[in-house]
Amino acid sequence: MNDKNNKELKYVGKNVVRKDGKEKVTGAAIYIDDIDFGPNTLYAAIVESPHAYAKINSIDATEAEKIPGVVKVVMGKQFPYRFGLYMHDRYIFAQDRVRFVGEQVAAVIARDPRIAKRAAKLVKVDYTVLKPILDVKEALGVGSENNAEAGIPKELVHPELKDYQHVPWFFPKDNTNIAHFRKIRNGDLEAGFKDADFVFEDNYVVPRYAHCAIEIHGAVGKLDHSGRLTVWTSSQSPHTQRHLFTQALAPLGFTHNDIRVISPYVGGGFGGKAGVSMEILAAALATTVPGHPVKVLWSREQEFYNTYQRQGVHAKIKVGVKKDGTITALEQLLYWDAGAYVEYGANVVNAAGLSATGPYHIPNVKIDSVCVYTNLPPGGPYRGFGYSEFLFGLESHMDEIAKKLGMDAVEFRLKNAVREGDKLAYGAKMNPNGLIEAISKVREEIKWDEIDKADPSRPHIAKGKGFALFWKAPAMPPNSSSSCFLKFNEDASVNLLISAQEIGQGYHTVMAQIAAEILQIPPEKIRSELPDTDRNPYEWQTVASHITWSCGNAVKNAAIDAREQIFDVVERALGKKREALYLEDECVKSTEEVAWSVPLKNFIIDGFMMKDGTWRGGPIIGRGTFMPEFASALSDPETGVGGKPNVHYTVGAAAVTIEVDRETGKIKIPKAVLAVDCGKALNPDLVRGQITGGLLQGIATVLYEDMRFNELGKLMNANFTDYKIPTALDVPEEIVPIIIETAQPDGPFGARGVGEHTMIPVAPMIGNAVKNALCVRVKSMPITAEKIVMALQEKNKEENKEKI
Amino acid sequence: MKKKEITITLNGENRTFEFEPNLTLADALRDRVGLKSLKCGCERGDCGSCTIFFDGRSVKSCLILAVEADGHEVTTLEGLMIKGKLTPIQKSTLKHNAFQCGFCAPGMIIAATELIRKNPNPHKEEVCEAIAGNLCRCTGYSPIVDAILDYKNFEGKE
Repeated sequence: MNDKNNKELKYVGKNVVRKDGKEKVTGAAIYIDDIDFGPNTLYAAIVESPHAYAKINSIDATEAEKIPGVVKVVMGKQFPYRFGLYMHDRYIFAQDRVRFVGEQVAAVIARDPRIAKRAAKLVKVDYTVLKPILDVKEALGVGSENNAEAGIPKELVHPELKDYQHVPWFFPKDNTNIAHFRKIRNGDLEAGFKDADFVFEDNYVVPRYAHCAIEIHGAVGKLDHSGRLTVWTSSQSPHTQRHLFTQALAPLGFTHNDIRVISPYVGGGFGGKAGVSMEILAAALATTVPGHPVKVLWSREQEFYNTYQRQGVHAKIKVGVKKDGTITALEQLLYWDAGAYVEYGANVVNAAGLSATGPYHIPNVKIDSVCVYTNLPPGGPYRGFGYSEFLFGLESHMDEIAKKLGMDAVEFRLKNAVREGDKLAYGAKMNPNGLIEAISKVREEIKWDEIDKADPSRPHIAKGKGFALFWKAPAMPPNSSSSCFLKFNEDASVNLLISAQEIGQGYHTVMAQIAAEILQIPPEKIRSELPDTDRNPYEWQTVASHITWSCGNAVKNAAIDAREQIFDVVERALGKKREALYLEDECVKSTEEVAWSVPLKNFIIDGFMMKDGTWRGGPIIGRGTFMPEFASALSDPETGVGGKPNVHYTVGAAAVTIEVDRETGKIKIPKAVLAVDCGKALNPDLVRGQITGGLLQGIATVLYEDMRFNELGKLMNANFTDYKIPTALDVPEEIVPIIIETAQPDGPFGARGVGEHTMIPVAPMIGNAVKNALCVRVKSMPITAEKIVMALQEKNKEENKEKI
Repeated sequence: MKKKEITITLNGENRTFEFEPNLTLADALRDRVGLKSLKCGCERGDCGSCTIFFDGRSVKSCLILAVEADGHEVTTLEGLMIKGKLTPIQKSTLKHNAFQCGFCAPGMIIAATELIRKNPNPHKEEVCEAIAGNLCRCTGYSPIVDAILDYKNFEGKE
């Protein structure tokens, strides 16, 4: 009977209309700032550090407190507690020193948000300004060029680093600015390079980026007079937030049971609303004004400089290769500008380090992925979680190597691409995947083997094609888990209680499809609830593209649990043969009695009445959990070998055609193709939505965006006028999404995640197309028109020199 | 600050309010009137989430003071749905799964509605131009553009 469902899927794999669609197109969907908390609401404004690095000598709030409407000024010293997701290095408010421009020092709580803002400007803070450490190499110190461990720094961003608690898979170095040092060592690197016919070495640089969800962060905290603390947040991580709030505020006596986190719809996350950033302020400030909701709403400017930023990275890549294109060795040194606090960002560094071979089979590997403190805003999770960053260098470099060997760039990739069962750099085996299929489909669709002819009427336009591969595994603790309660209503409609978040990916829709398939109830009759830690069961976080897989398994398990209870009661009450029962059209049926069926709504709540008037059954409630019990983060710190830190990889390939104006450097994209192996497309429309969205977000990082800091560490483009994100006019003329389905054995109906991946190959793919069109290689992101023109001028200069 | 009395035709109804002269129309509509469809994403006219109709023209309500609306006609997304029925643009974006997080949707739908009122048969380029002042970070815009181009297939349909 189970097999019947898997053979002919009725709801899974179909383009079901989004469950949240109607709420969103009518404006009915409620986001954090849409919730009305009533006239008792107070508003907090934050007193921020104007310095990147300074000692706090004193704070004087006398003038601020005089403003009518100000309820309270809260000094940072009132909350001398540290917290963090993977490392406890973040303070609720800065204590003795500030570590980045914009860091919270104190807060003003007032009856009106505008009064709060005005009063916050009147709080006087006396600082002793220190010289900020803004550059990764400076932070690592003298002598760190090829060996980060050997560096001797002049200044420390966190002198107390050795006292910080952290997860067992982090390796901070005392008396340095290194918060985590992820080493991967496999094979014999020297022998690998010796074995090579050529060794190619280069450096690539990626700056910091902002998520730019259109909804700004906001949080509201309320400590009621009974001692209950409720925090409403725009969050990808309600349960993790409750856990971190509890840890941070434990000295005040709070337990998990005292704190409740409620998260309405999230207006875009991309990692920026994972973990805890500004939300801690609403939780902490609420404890100072019992009975009042306290609202902390970031401005767009604060959104840029005081949430998480995507970390910058310097990559030094050295690859040994034989004449026939076989890669023999890879050394990759990744030095990450992780910012002032790395409680989340250090795990980005860890994830990138584990997987910095890219989707290639390489026998001899050395990777140093180094998390470096600087006096810039905290780094953290951003769609791609380190993979976009290291793949810009790696996939650019692979293209260069192919060119130097005189090999076709796609053939070179095919030759070295990772296959199922290959041993990965940290010792585990590669999962089933459709990388080769993705490469060949993209190659065909982009007409890789045809050269785009120049248009004689537009001699200044150069045409080119670029190709890139990608892979990514969910970066998560090995015991990250998901759970689901499934409850029926009288009409056999269903409510799923789950705690992942609908951040736009279509999660509610896909979870409904999974439950629908098992229970044979249409998805229209299945509703998911947004997270509330009091009501919905545990979920780790909506990150890592793991929700479809992990929470999908929990939902599937809950639906199977409910189905088995249904069969139990039918067997018990009606005496039907259990093995013959199956579900169809919202009824229980039997393979042995074609004419018999009983609708679920007849008994799903009230049960069956027996001949003697007694009843059997009762409300059916399904329960499902999922934890990947095979995963382990324990490994040898010197080699990274030993555990199984990654549950599986999602892989794919992408290619693009571009037209570049040689005179202006401006790039136009006539066509982009992206193939991703999602195992099973539970809702193909939503998978395609991830492809078009991720592609443009990737294009944004390579063509338009980057964060610009001045020499004092202040962000200079913290708004959409100066940090330009793409509009509808910047979309490629044609986008071809390709779905590959190589089943993930432990995924729900074979599915694995797809959310982040579509952004990852875009930057190197365009860099490679620029090289193909113009014979210039831009080794730092973004690849702006200006950089292209400068590279062309440089090339012309070189060529003229040669002629002379 | 002394409040000023103003009268607006708001979603077809004459309403009188008292607002401070420095309150933006976006804040007034959201926080004082309770119309939450429009959103605030930048407060400087960059993102377009607060787009509404002002005398039939789409405007960014964060760039207008509430008192400037005195004597004018203001329509938000709530006012577009006659008797609660979805407009063809809404139906089409729904069916196309055009939006993801949905935060930009109300502003985007206003911008698209203005376009098809002026130009019932827009080309793709005209659609892109019309919504270029409305930022979306999730979708890559193309599903939204496809849905707008397809709106005629949802006219008169329930």
